Amino acid sequence: MAPTLDLVVNGTRHTIAADPPRTLLTVLRDELDLTGTKYGCGEGQCGACTVMIDGVAARSCQTGAAAVAGRRITTIEGLQHNGRLHPLQEAFLEAGAMQCGYCTPGMIVSGAALLAKNSNPSEEEIVSALQGNLCRCGTYPRILAAIRLAASKMKRSAA
Amino acid sequence: MSYEPERYELMAAPAYDFSFGRRGFFKTLGGGIVVVSFLAKSQAQESGGGRARFGRSLPQQIAAWLHIDAQGAVTVYTGKVEVGQNARTSLTQAAAEELGAPAGAIELVMGDTARTPFDMGTFGSMTTPQMVPQIRRAAAAAREILGPGAWETLDFANADKKLASGVTTSGHPKPTSEWKVLGTSVSKVHGREIVTGSHRYTSDIKLPGMLYGRVLRPERFDAKLVAAETSAAQAMPGVTVVRDGDFTGVAAPTPHQAQLALAAIQARWTAPETQWSSKTLFSELKRTAEAGRERGAGSIEKGLAEAERKHQATYTIAYIAHAPLEPRAAVAEWNGDRLTVWTGTQRPFGVQSELAQAFHLPESNIRVMVPDTGAAYGGKHTGEAAIEAARLAKAAGKPVKIVWTREEEFTWAYFRPAGVIEVRSGVSNGRIVAWEFHNYNAGASGLNTMYDIPNKREEFHPTQYPLRQGSYRGLAATANHFARESHMDELAALSQSEPLEFRLRNLKDERFRAVLQAAADRFGWGKRKAGAGVGYGIAGGFEKGSYVATCAEVHCESGQAPRIVRVVEAFECGAILNPDMLKNQVEGAVVQGLGGALFEAVEFENGRILDARFSKYRVPRFRDLPKIEVVLLNRRDLAPAGAGETPIMTLAPAAANAIYSATGERIRSMPLSRRAADGSTVSGAAAV
Repeated sequence: MAPTLDLVVNGTRHTIAADPPRTLLTVLRDELDLTGTKYGCGEGQCGACTVMIDGVAARSCQTGAAAVAGRRITTIEGLQHNGRLHPLQEAFLEAGAMQCGYCTPGMIVSGAALLAKNSNPSEEEIVSALQGNLCRCGTYPRILAAIRLAASKMKRSAA
Repeated sequence: MSYEPERYELMAAPAYDFSFGRRGFFKTLGGGIVVVSFLAKSQAQESGGGRARFGRSLPQQIAAWLHIDAQGAVTVYTGKVEVGQNARTSLTQAAAEELGAPAGAIELVMGDTARTPFDMGTFGSMTTPQMVPQIRRAAAAAREILGPGAWETLDFANADKKLASGVTTSGHPKPTSEWKVLGTSVSKVHGREIVTGSHRYTSDIKLPGMLYGRVLRPERFDAKLVAAETSAAQAMPGVTVVRDGDFTGVAAPTPHQAQLALAAIQARWTAPETQWSSKTLFSELKRTAEAGRERGAGSIEKGLAEAERKHQATYTIAYIAHAPLEPRAAVAEWNGDRLTVWTGTQRPFGVQSELAQAFHLPESNIRVMVPDTGAAYGGKHTGEAAIEAARLAKAAGKPVKIVWTREEEFTWAYFRPAGVIEVRSGVSNGRIVAWEFHNYNAGASGLNTMYDIPNKREEFHPTQYPLRQGSYRGLAATANHFARESHMDELAALSQSEPLEFRLRNLKDERFRAVLQAAADRFGWGKRKAGAGVGYGIAGGFEKGSYVATCAEVHCESGQAPRIVRVVEAFECGAILNPDMLKNQVEGAVVQGLGGALFEAVEFENGRILDARFSKYRVPRFRDLPKIEVVLLNRRDLAPAGAGETPIMTLAPAAANAIYSATGERIRSMPLSRRAADGSTVSGAAAV
């Protein structure tokens, strides 16, 4: 029997062929139909393919699927809980932080990973965390505003 | 493997398209009201002349149509596409406003050659001035047919009865003063799908049995394939190889197999020698220039002879890339000799024509659909990926998807034209008396000065050029404004005038004055003294019906690239349709403009692009972000103009002027920081 590996994506276990070696990005998009994670450059320079591995933002185009077998993978599709948007997804809508929307999933996943470990990031911490994410439409000011908004929403709901 | 005629062989496009009988069309819609909005004759000519989508039984100038079913569901059909500029939302608002219906009751079908009226394409900032009024007229006509109160009572019983009469022309849109939906910040249609990752772009489409395609690219521009050994690729299971004229490509069941098959092809190329490179670019553009067509007023010779002070300077503009985050993508599926293609393009009907020519088919056999696209910025007027996917799908007998790699997008798409601009001028008593402006290759749009000058000559000169070049957000106007507004500052200095005051003294257009003043007021222009590496610059302009002015604060530290730290941009495009989305567009244009202003340049040599990756081609990132303030002037007395392009024009000259105010150094090349880095693109200036 051909070797397989198990990927745990958004809480669901998927068994996929281990060979040939391939990126997590192509497995998510072309095999598991999780197309919210985007291809933008294939060299880890644009952040459109960002997912979380055990809660930490990672470039799925630079990540071998085998390397993350068994670990907790979260994609943009996994940020909602019981049909309720993640506070950062809500904040992106509220701040109108998108134009074409193609970079948006990667931006939200990067931002959500930041907020998970730092609930009150400074401007510099946000910029550092998102420096590797490109938005060619230039919505950076709104994305910064959305992350600040989400941080304050999360603080309020935690209080 | 199959051999067919050259795929780009030209065939005349059919003059008419009888694919969709009127009767058949209405039948597919079911019951309800259909309202068709016709283009005014003059507009039809501007947009290339409508074509008959219904055969000869109807006039050809159809702009949009609208259908309301018996339950009150509204569908608006337009050939425009959504590429991030938020046309889907503003056009939805236009329909909702006139119908008196909630925006949520309206669905827009955009960019589908089988279902939407012919449209030249989504470019030139035309959607707002042309399509918004068309949809408003159609929706107003529908409201008049339904009678008052239809949406309050949800009584659409009349709808079925009215279908018999079928087609209405033009309703009476509400005056601006009665707007309730237009003019408000309705949030983005499909926003929830975007933030949850469920919004499907072309590159996300997957059809049953679909293969993944890759195309063999020449190793250099203009290279010819001498030989290709494809047997190893063909021997791979499930792989289809196509070699057809200059086209060689593969299709395979997985992206990985397609990559292996492509890599297994051994190709030999031959390419002509070329003198062109990014180093020789500007001298070659000048060397190959043709005479321009003269435009002007007065006598430039007389103006220069009489001027107190004279000046001349040369400005250069580098090639830059659009680099939309979603590269070109297409999915193609054949059914006999009928072809269906999904692709991200600004010109669905143009791509339909390209496919018809490439495959020697009538356009009626081809349907092109444009899912909302991961941006374009003028860079997706063409259908390369669609033709490639269709060619492979034809050979494979299965649907094929092509998604260009980033490197392909950086290399085989097209670029914003590079250019050289020469300006000669004269001033007397703080007034410009002579203005001579020659643009080589950068393009003619925005060529003419907005200032009031008695003697002027302004010419665009076509040249030979080394790279495939085409549209870009505000392309030529950005180059022309860079040269013009930089030179205005130089003249202000020459006549010992304050830059803003010098501009205001030399203009008559009150709308132009208003944006300059608005930007200056918000910025606090003239309140702080430049120097010690901190400088302030201003620039303004007009293009495609709208006015813009930008003030910039720039910090220059020796040995480092200049940094734009604060930008105030004032913008006026007539009556505002959606204030928050307009602000979003203006902010986005400033951010995207940072790249062309400061650091973007396509480097090439020997028929190759040298910086075809995001790791080499620098685009604006979070850390480059200045503080941006947008001032919107709402002129409800004026018809709305488009806003996607003009706001990008004036950042570069404002920054160049700010650098001069900080350091006394005048940089006359875009991008501005390239000179600081390698010193190689200095352009000349001299008093005469």
